[in-house]
Amino acid sequence: MKRHRHITVMAASLVLLVTVSSRASAQGGVEAAAAAIRGTVTDLAGTWANRLHEDWIERAPGPHIGDYSGLPINDEARAYADLYQVSMQNMPERQCILYTSQYIVMGPQNLRIEPEVDPISGAIVALHMTGTVDRASHTVWMDGRPHPSKNAPHSAGGFTTGVWQGGMVAAQTTHLKAGLVWRNGVPHSDQATITEYYARHGDLLTITMILNDPIYYEEPFIRNATFELDPQTRVLPEPCEPQVEIPRAPGEVPHYLPGENPYLREFAEMFNLPLEAVRGGAATTYPEYGKKLRATYKPPAKCTVYCCGGTGLTVPNTNNAACREGDAPAPTP
Amino acid sequence: MKWEVGKFTVRPCAIAIALLVACIVSESLMAQAPARGQGGGRGGRGQPAPADPPPTPRAAAPIDLTGYWVSVITEDWRWRMVTPPKGDYVSLPINAEAKKVADSWDPAKDTGAGDQCKAYGAPGLMRLPTRLHITWQDDTTLKVETDAGTQTRLLHFGDWKAPAGDPSRQGSTTAQWETRQGRRGQPPPPLEQRFGNLKTVTSGLMAGYLRKNGVPFSEKTTLTEYWDLLRPASGEQWIVVTTVVEDPTYLTRTWITSLNFKKEANGSKWDPSSCEAS
Repeated sequence: MKRHRHITVMAASLVLLVTVSSRASAQGGVEAAAAAIRGTVTDLAGTWANRLHEDWIERAPGPHIGDYSGLPINDEARAYADLYQVSMQNMPERQCILYTSQYIVMGPQNLRIEPEVDPISGAIVALHMTGTVDRASHTVWMDGRPHPSKNAPHSAGGFTTGVWQGGMVAAQTTHLKAGLVWRNGVPHSDQATITEYYARHGDLLTITMILNDPIYYEEPFIRNATFELDPQTRVLPEPCEPQVEIPRAPGEVPHYLPGENPYLREFAEMFNLPLEAVRGGAATTYPEYGKKLRATYKPPAKCTVYCCGGTGLTVPNTNNAACREGDAPAPTP
Repeated sequence: MKWEVGKFTVRPCAIAIALLVACIVSESLMAQAPARGQGGGRGGRGQPAPADPPPTPRAAAPIDLTGYWVSVITEDWRWRMVTPPKGDYVSLPINAEAKKVADSWDPAKDTGAGDQCKAYGAPGLMRLPTRLHITWQDDTTLKVETDAGTQTRLLHFGDWKAPAGDPSRQGSTTAQWETRQGRRGQPPPPLEQRFGNLKTVTSGLMAGYLRKNGVPFSEKTTLTEYWDLLRPASGEQWIVVTTVVEDPTYLTRTWITSLNFKKEANGSKWDPSSCEAS
């Protein structure tokens, strides 16, 4: 009889333990799933218009040769960029080389984001971002897959994984090919990685990219671009077809040898800036550098180039040097 | 009836009793779980639990924006690090009237009139090369000071109403946390487990400049800002402020930009300076 009581108590304890722990565990799982549904996932799908209200020159017509202002680059990057000749891009062999993923925030394109959804669970597996002809499509994998081996091939899009942080996506890109950050030859290397954030606020999407590159950058290089949700925005991945734009002798490659680029001072002289200020470097991006610079800086008397670019005073994207008096404002894009 | 399990004997009635007890205890525990979070555990049996007051905006902050932050000028460098030439309106969606005002910009005249801070109003201030010092003035007011121009912005949470009166350089700002996690009535999770952003709306601004070379904004301007905190694995912290300027007087559409500020360990580089008109 005593033994029976003992067994009864043991069985009751065991069943109690199993039942309570399984209920608690199930409750935790449900809580986690509910949290994911309630608030940690934001719909990023749609077409997003790039309004170019910052960096219009760098992102639309392209930066001046020798303008590295605001870029925390090192001497290696300067040496590379100084050899750049714009007509390099006209070579049929180079016309269809894609810009790398960082060009989402450096370039002029609009953006389409298409989530890939697991049909059973409804979970977002990936976010696919397409652009236009010269930018690699970008996929952010959201399903927890690991990055490939460090020996895996690099591509213009790189390999990106992301997680939800609240309603924001935080992502990490590795396996990038070397590429251009600016269309005046400023490079990033194939060892560069990018930390990315996608934060939606109503109809606005701010994308922040922090480029880390041990070869060409003194400090992490941060850039933001804010896009506006716009179903009318044109986002078409067009095929690239290389064509001969400038006839050249066979084997001719446009370039400058070190020390021979005659245009490197042009930008600094145009805006009365000291040459060292526009050559970039981490120190030039902090307020104390501005204080030092302003002590001697005297701006040109009048703007002479791209003065109205991207404003309501001209047809958008015309690269006219001066605003036309009496022009009616352009319609709101 | 009884079952023999090895050398033990188990009675089905014992299993039934155990299951019954387990169910009762389990239901009791699960029912108590949400009540604990709502402060219900203190009411005692048979008494309604007194509701905890909602946490203050300071206590409920999903992100910690306090500290010293420095603007890292990697965008629009030539227009922000130095004063651009007169007539340089690139990137700004302005109208012909704004162009007319900007073309008449005279920094000496502004200085003479004591208006050298016109480029330091909230819509222009955040784009200047500056450091921010962000602190809680009280439980419902976040204070943002800049060393550029020695300006102070106050971001008011809750039911704060802007006082009637003249417009001011930094205007009147209402603030709210935007976060969609946690349940109503439950205390917020630890700070490191919270996500969200700050939204602020500023109006009541004195007319000023969007850019130091005299591109204007009017007193009808509304400034909306979304403050996100980024914490990359590298250990740095960044505030990114998505900024929307609406001005029916001088803009053809909203002007949308985004700014970044990097956290600094302390205020050793804080260097207050007065406003400069040029």
